[in-house]
Amino acid sequence: MENDNSVSEGGDVRRPGPVPGYRSYLTVWGALVLLTGLTVTMASLDLGALAIAAVLAIAAIKSTLVLFYFMHLRYERRLLIKLLMPIVLATLAIFIGLTYTDILYR
Amino acid sequence: MSADGTHPRADLEADDFQAARGKVGMWLFICTEVLLFGGLFLLYSVYRFKHHVDFHAGSMDLSRVAGTLNTIVLITSSLTAALAVHSLREGSIVQAKRFVAATILFGLTFLTVKGFEWGTKFEHGLYPNSPVLLGMPKGQILFFGLYFTMTGLHALHVIVGMSIFGYTLRHLGSTVTAAKPVLLENVTLFWHLVDVIWIFLFPLFYLIS
Repeated sequence: MENDNSVSEGGDVRRPGPVPGYRSYLTVWGALVLLTGLTVTMASLDLGALAIAAVLAIAAIKSTLVLFYFMHLRYERRLLIKLLMPIVLATLAIFIGLTYTDILYR
Repeated sequence: MSADGTHPRADLEADDFQAARGKVGMWLFICTEVLLFGGLFLLYSVYRFKHHVDFHAGSMDLSRVAGTLNTIVLITSSLTAALAVHSLREGSIVQAKRFVAATILFGLTFLTVKGFEWGTKFEHGLYPNSPVLLGMPKGQILFFGLYFTMTGLHALHVIVGMSIFGYTLRHLGSTVTAAKPVLLENVTLFWHLVDVIWIFLFPLFYLIS
């Protein structure tokens, strides 16, 4: 966090903003390992239909952590880069939604 | 950096622009990768929906221990990759080199575990188009087909990432420096993406039995 990578400079959006320090990287890593443990434990319990939803929810949380902290999306100030992932995920959601309307109601 | 000193920020801004362009390009590539694997995940989900029981049976054959171990290995490699970028930004080339080397070693560990896993499957006669596999129910053929395709494509990404990390390691300190970190930053972004894909592959193949 110490490096003031021209944080202010009159709102120059092209410069990289502040990034996490060693400790926050280690914290995120710890959270990822814990969530892995949690997902393995949950899978060994017999949760039935709920299991897949739980396992996917944890995977979503884990990828968000990686995207936000390791890939610095949380600190990104360029709008284009910020928007890319939501756009591609929305596109994917449309693909999946349309495919399932076909499969379920054919 | 400026030669005559008239525009002290001109070169800096050109560098900035180039770095930003490189970053946007990498993110666009990452988006195409998300769509590539997204398509395969959609295929997986539809077949799983249609062959529910067979997918569960197939998943039973996969080693949960190996899958969990590899998840931890890959998550840790993501940490070392992120720390390599961090070290470079702080100006420590030596530290950055160590973290990149550690990342490559973790990648190698991942591939070794994966290799043993596939090896055991092959020993049991389970490989694409094998007589044993073709004698199985349709859903299990699909499960193992997707398993080999998706983990294979993922392993290919690990190999590519490791190769670029190796190339970066050679140039760290010469053409890749604190002022020009784009190559390391971009290969690290790619590596994190490979990690994210595995975060979804792991539960969907190993944890649904």
